[in-house]
Amino acid sequence: MVPTLSGRIQTRLFLLAVIGIPWTALISVVGPHVSGAPLHLVFETTYWVLAEVAIVGSVLWEPLYHALMQFRWEKDWPIMFSLLQGVPEGILAYVLLHAIGPSPHPAAVTTATFLAQFIPLWFMVWLVAIGPMRVIVPRWRYRGGRIA
Amino acid sequence: MVEGVETPPRHGAMPGELTPELIGTDVWSDELVAAAGIPVVDVPIVTCGGGIGSFVLVDFLRVWGLSPASVRVLTVLEYPWQTYEYLTRCSQIPEGERLRSDSSSMPNNLWGFPSYALQETWEDKSLASLWNVFSEPIFCDYWTPRAGMVFRGLRKEADRIGYWDTVVKGQVRMIRRRHDGGYFTILTPPAGTAPTHRVAFRSRVVHVAFGYPGLKFLPDLQEYREKYKDHERVVNAYEPHEHVYAELQRRSGVVVVRGGGIVASRVLQRLIDDRDHHGAKTTIIHLFRTYVSGAHGPNWFNRRRGGNGWAYQGFNYPKSVWGGELWARFRKLEGDDRLQLYKVIGGTNTPRRRNWMHQQERGRREGWYRTLTGEVLEVMPGADDKVVTAIHLASQQGDAANLQVAADFIIDCTGLEADIGEHRVLADLLQHSGAGRNVLGRLDVERTFEVRGTRSGAGRMYASGAATLGGYFPGVDTFLGLQLAAREITDDLAGMGMVPTFGSARSFREWWRWARGVPPAVTGG
Repeated sequence: MVPTLSGRIQTRLFLLAVIGIPWTALISVVGPHVSGAPLHLVFETTYWVLAEVAIVGSVLWEPLYHALMQFRWEKDWPIMFSLLQGVPEGILAYVLLHAIGPSPHPAAVTTATFLAQFIPLWFMVWLVAIGPMRVIVPRWRYRGGRIA
Repeated sequence: MVEGVETPPRHGAMPGELTPELIGTDVWSDELVAAAGIPVVDVPIVTCGGGIGSFVLVDFLRVWGLSPASVRVLTVLEYPWQTYEYLTRCSQIPEGERLRSDSSSMPNNLWGFPSYALQETWEDKSLASLWNVFSEPIFCDYWTPRAGMVFRGLRKEADRIGYWDTVVKGQVRMIRRRHDGGYFTILTPPAGTAPTHRVAFRSRVVHVAFGYPGLKFLPDLQEYREKYKDHERVVNAYEPHEHVYAELQRRSGVVVVRGGGIVASRVLQRLIDDRDHHGAKTTIIHLFRTYVSGAHGPNWFNRRRGGNGWAYQGFNYPKSVWGGELWARFRKLEGDDRLQLYKVIGGTNTPRRRNWMHQQERGRREGWYRTLTGEVLEVMPGADDKVVTAIHLASQQGDAANLQVAADFIIDCTGLEADIGEHRVLADLLQHSGAGRNVLGRLDVERTFEVRGTRSGAGRMYASGAATLGGYFPGVDTFLGLQLAAREITDDLAGMGMVPTFGSARSFREWWRWARGVPPAVTGG
């Protein structure tokens, strides 16, 4: 799929909803976190991270990638770029989590919680986007990644 | 309007011939066809051409749920990839060589998943293909499938969807609108296979995908061939020309290669491979009309890479025409605006492949590969059985304005395409059925690929492939372009209620059938 800006944003939101919401629930329950921490406090933090990836991704990252793509003659976005986007996005999400994210008392999550949530999530979203997405949304690849 | 373009049936000839009245009438009634004694076959959808364009549409229709009985493919071809295979083979892409096509542009799989690269990974038990797709085009050249893999996939899919049962052999002679809606498609069956000279297919929908209207020689080479009747030393890369390579392996010689596209690249590779592996001592003079010395384009946002004469681009068009930003932009453009964007992305180009660049660099260094840039004034016979090209050199190459190059062979790799008016059926559509031309002079189609101006009652006529270049979608003559067109057409037909609608759940179910090699479910038609 070669994305348009709206296609980028729609694909991100779609995949974060379809994969991110259940994955975040799973990792909140079975993933690493401060032992004995109330589950609702873990949920509060992990879903904050998911929302950050969705919102900051849609308003900051995707427009930035779209602007960078304009320098490419093909106006395409190699799949390696899509995977590597996870590095700056992950760092920013981690920084924002500590700067403005929820800070429950007592502490419920650790850095390991963040990594266990974010890294597999990013890989799963990327893997689905480079292949199976074409089966799930049959017109997606012909419309610049737009779902609707 | 009656024109005497067709000879009336001779006395004693087979019945069911086109009458002057039919030929001269734009819109036919059932009675008019019956009066000519032409038998009529009723079928909802007809696709004419029978190449990959027709195949891809039938694939979509079948996967969408249409019964094989509801569609007929009218063709002279034995199998859909026959012409494509012929052209690729002549232009030096035998089955083992790689095409210029993306890993997920799969005419045998409308989802494009799992891609050719994944298949090759599985078949070769090597991760090289996957690594290539992951790191392209930054660290390596674009991965492209081998021709043989594509052909095998097409045959398998044709078997799966029951394609062969939809084929009716014969030459399509003309398509005319029907008075009560829909169309008549006149087919000339192979001699001895039908009791009448022609058969009429009466359908609500007609799709035309005849491929390239025809290939043209460069005018100066055409003139030479006609004047001196020499088809041995001046050849087109799209026609069989194996004798050139064979002779150059037997004795040293000079060959002039003309053109700056992928076929020129492939022909150069063949010539250089023969030097490297078969002891050929060929000297190659590569003649460019326009020499590209570096990155070029109107501004920083539209700069295509180039060098050593070539303009570099991964595929026939910038990648985003197939569903990305250029796809979205083209869809909104009309008239001159669209033409201007075609000009920006146009121009002859070739993929940047490292092995080609290394070969040519070696040739330049060792002196057996030279490039010239200029305009050919004349091609004529020379002494010692040579053929001489008189060239007016482009000014940046020095003061000597004119130069004569004597060579043993000239290979025309420019791949000029003939006008659509030279195709008999398309010419008839332009003349009698309301079809018109687009900004590039080809068949004018809507965003749905319906041929503008040809609507007939509840009937629709669609076109896809090379004949429609210049419309709202540029990448028409490519695998993914044919699929994009087929999807638009199938969705349009679904809107008319002719095929079932197709959502995510059915997509997944049908894909699962595809993966297991099970024929598509028939849910409509």
